[in-house]
Formats: sequence, C-alpha cells, structure tokens
Amino acid sequence: MEAAVSVQNLSRRFGAVEAVRALSFDVAPGELFGVVGPDGAGKTTTLRMLAGVMRPTAGDALLHGVSVASDPEGVKTHIAYMSQRFGLYTDLTVEENLDFYADLYRVPRAERPARYERLYRFSALGQFRDRLAGQLSGGMKQKLGLSCALVHEPEILLLDEPTFGVDPISRRDLWLIVHEMVAHGMTTIVSTAYLDEAERCDRVALLYEGRLMALDTPAALQRLAGPFIVKVRTARPRVARDVLRGVREVRQAAVFGDDVHVVLDDPERDAPVIDRALAGAGIPVLHEERAEPSLEDVFITLVTRGGEHA
Amino acid sequence: MPDAIAVQDLTRRFGDFVAVDRVSFAVATGEIFGFLGPNGAGKTTTIKMLTGLLHPSDGTAYVAGFDVADETEALKRNIGYMSQLFSLYADLTVEENIQLFAGLYGVTGPRLAARRDWVLEMAELTEHRTRLTADLPLGWKQRLALGCAVLHEPPILFLDEPTSGVDPVSRRHFWDLIYALAEEGTTVLVTTHYMEEAEYCNRLALMNRGRLIALDRPAALKAQMTDPILEVATDDAPKAIEALQHVPEIVEAGMYGRALHVMVTDEAAARASIQRTLAGAGRRVEHITVIPPSLEDVFVALVRRGGGAVVG
Repeated sequence: MEAAVSVQNLSRRFGAVEAVRALSFDVAPGELFGVVGPDGAGKTTTLRMLAGVMRPTAGDALLHGVSVASDPEGVKTHIAYMSQRFGLYTDLTVEENLDFYADLYRVPRAERPARYERLYRFSALGQFRDRLAGQLSGGMKQKLGLSCALVHEPEILLLDEPTFGVDPISRRDLWLIVHEMVAHGMTTIVSTAYLDEAERCDRVALLYEGRLMALDTPAALQRLAGPFIVKVRTARPRVARDVLRGVREVRQAAVFGDDVHVVLDDPERDAPVIDRALAGAGIPVLHEERAEPSLEDVFITLVTRGGEHA
Repeated sequence: MPDAIAVQDLTRRFGDFVAVDRVSFAVATGEIFGFLGPNGAGKTTTIKMLTGLLHPSDGTAYVAGFDVADETEALKRNIGYMSQLFSLYADLTVEENIQLFAGLYGVTGPRLAARRDWVLEMAELTEHRTRLTADLPLGWKQRLALGCAVLHEPPILFLDEPTSGVDPVSRRHFWDLIYALAEEGTTVLVTTHYMEEAEYCNRLALMNRGRLIALDRPAALKAQMTDPILEVATDDAPKAIEALQHVPEIVEAGMYGRALHVMVTDEAAARASIQRTLAGAGRRVEHITVIPPSLEDVFVALVRRGGGAVVG
C-alpha cells in the first residue's frame, strides 16, 4: 500500500541552527504516528513543514502524493492541522466557530448538521454550543480547536502538541477524540513532549535535537532499555542512588520519591548486584520490585549511549 | 519538629462560589509534596493563599511558621517561587539575573558573593556566567531559575510545573537538585498537571471541586485503586467499545491506541462477561490482560468518583 505520508530527508535550517536534520519516515494510511521529543527537538518545525505552512530547506514530504516543497497549497485540502495556537474566534460561539471553518473549507450546508452532531458527540461540546469560545476552559478550547480542524473531514490529521498545558481529565478526552478519528481510518500524526503519551501510538519517532533517534512501535522501543527495570525502596534514596551509580553494571539510577529506579546492562544477569551494593553500603532494602521500562528510560538510554549529554 | 506547612480548614469564597472548601493538610520539613487537580479544582487559589497573595475567607494556614492571613511580608521573605514561565530576563547574562534577584530579595554584601557562587555551581553555570540567558538551552535556564528562586535560602520552595517540556535527562538532573535541597531541609511544594513530575514527589494531594479528595504516597495511591484495569485487544476497538456498553462489571471503558482500557469491579467476572459479549457481537478477542494502573488512571478515577471535574 502506498504511504499516506512519505518524508524524505526533510530538513530545515534557521540561520546556523539545524532545527530538523534529514528526517525520513513513512506513515501508513490509517496509522496513528507519534512524533515525540522534548522542547527544541524539532517537532513543531516538522509538523509545520508537513502542513505546508513552512518550506523545507532541503528534502521533501509527500502527503497523499502531493509534495509540500512544490505544492504546499495542494497539501492543505488533504489535511487538518492543529497548531498549539489554533485560531479560535473568542467572540464567536462554539457553533459559530464551527460554521466559520465549515465556510472556509466549503463544507456543503446539507452535510453540516450530521458532522456537527458527530463532533459534539466526541467532544461533549454540544451542551456549550451557544457559549462564547472565549469563555471555555483551556481543555474545552482545545477540543473546539480540534473539532474545527476536523470539520472538512480530511484524510490526514496533524496535531502539534494538542495536550500541552491541558489537565489530565481534558487530556484523556482529547485522546478519546483522536482515537475515534483513527478508528475510523484517519491517518494521524501527533506530536508530544510527554513520553507517556507515546504509548498510545502505533509507531513512534523519537526526536532529539532535530534528529531521528529511534522509530518503532512503543513495545519495541521499550525493549531497548531491557526487559525490566528494578525499583528499590530504602530509607535513604539519595544515598542509595549514589551507591548504585558507582556500580559498573548499573546503566542509570534515578530517585522517584522514596524509590530508586535502576536500569541494568543485563537485568536477568545483573539484578543481584543491587542488593549486594546496598548491603555493602549498609543500606537496608525495604522493598524491591521489577517494572516495565518507561519510554523515559529508553530516551535516557539512547541519549546517554550517544554520549551527547554531559 | 513543627510542620513546615500546616493548613486547617482553609476556605476561600468568591461571592457564592466556594473555590477552596475546608482543606486541611500538613507538610513535614524536607518533604516534597505534590499538588494535583484538574482546572477549576481550587489548586491555584490554594497556592495563592499559601504564598500570601490572596486572603483566606476562613480557616488557617501556617507556612514556615508564619500566618498567611496576617504575616504576609515575613511569609514572602521565607518562600521561593519558580514556575515554568519563569521570570528570568532573557537579555541579561546569567550573572546579571542572579544579581537582579539578589537585589529583589535583599541579599547583599559578602552573602551575595557566596550565594552567587553557590547558584552558579549548583546550576553548573560557572563557566557560562557571562552568557546571555536567552542563548541557554531550556534545561540550563530551568536550573538558573531554580537557583534564583532559592538565592535567599527560603525554607519553603514552591514549584509550578517546573520541568514541563524538558528532555528526561535534564529533568532528572533538575530533580537531583531538588532532592539535594530537600535533604538539607528545604520543603518543596510542587503543582503540576503532569504525572511525569508527580512521580518524583514523596506525597501527593489531589484536589477536585475545591476539596482535597486524596492524599498519600504515589505508590499507596496506586495500591488503593481497588478496581482492576484490563487491557482488551480486539479486531475493532470502536465496535468493541459499543458492544461493551451495558456490561455490568465495567466501570469505565476507553480506547487506548488500538486496544481498550477497561476498569472493572471484579476481574474474573468481567473477563467472562467481556469474552461472552464480544464473541456474541462477532468480535475477535486477541487478549485480555490486567495492567498496573498509572498515576493518571488513579487521578481520573478519583476525580470521576468525586462527581467529575468542573466542565466548561
């Protein structure tokens, strides 16, 4: 099957800064694809180029076969793009905002009631249809922005950090809408700085400093940090961490509240070194358990392995 | 040792609206205490009262021993505050920013020199002291902002989403510094929407609709979640979720990627019902697995149990 989105050596420079460095990946039709990385990794720049609102300085991307480099306007009919500052009209009501975007994208009047009903069902915004957009909470504004972006039922949805600054309840609601769209076949590329959100995606591109560090399913990425990490509880977590950081087989040790999370070179082989090291330092272990590595553990493993960070 | 923060029946009304409703909790010296809640939960109003920016309508709160209702000047000298949208001046150098905060906090003379060196060393910016703040990577700016917030050695430090958006390596580095401060006796109160930050706290308080609805260690909050969560993988998630709508053992079901996450009352009974219902609807079940609840699952469940978040 032909890719819905095909990114080929996509690059963008700002003066001396290489914000995006030769990215290449394909997104299959109907895939939920995550672009994940911290601030400054190049996520927003990448999505802007895919949306046809910023020209690449090198490389190209094809969206449904249309080139963003040579036909940025042609791309726009195939996509919905929601940036972090999506333009809502705060002095229009919820429904008037939908009308505005429906006009802009020339959605036939006869089709509007059914589309609005569907969007209201996902977003739970129906009860607020007559409220001014300016009087909605941050999470509700995000949902309205997403609804407006979807009003022309595009084939590809581009979401730039839709959950930035949104509380966990609204964040869940937003993801629910995204999952609904994907379940109905829409190809979706979503960026986020929150690694825990990446687990919701079919595949994830981990970006760091403009480069693609890894690209795979969340489960495959998790395995990059080994089959498990060890969580150790002691009365002195900081001291325990420092002791463990001095152990050769320990790749990472970090404090989380009362626990130290330990990533080992070879967990099955090396698990006993933790108890030995702590016993040697006179620190009793109160509780110990194995846990799945998080994508954060993976990220740190990849970054530190590359020797990028001091 | 007296508590670093002692809050008793703290209440704030705006007209008829009760933004904070008889909230009580205590934070021990050197503790890292997380404060969570959806928008409109009363979190910001509580923090404003604890930092002396807003007068309580009722109840009491003592922060570092000062009454937040009438010792606000002394209170402000004894707290540090840092937010994600920190107040560093981008067109000043690292050292000039430190100087500026020293002036604001009345840190002068030999103490200033000592504290400046301490901040530079703590933030690992000694060699970059003359660089413009605007040119620093985000993680470095956050360390500098932290240094400026504790320049006057406050016993209490307030952090508002301090590491939102930074890469995990910088975040862990930042939290290493927070743990070091806490070990030396600084009490830290963190407000955040992000579970990635909440996991670093010793204890978490969860607010909703003006009330404190949970307060415990992160692991204990997860353990107290008695309703198991099942991951159900099928050939068609939206159709499966529709089919499962009236299964009595299901508390809540939502899509999570291609799978469903289903909160149930009784694992064995729910497994059987789900299998039966999905088979009856012609769906193929690939697997049903119990998954450990995330802090976010706990948060959402507690908020929903408490009548849901304020919407609009």
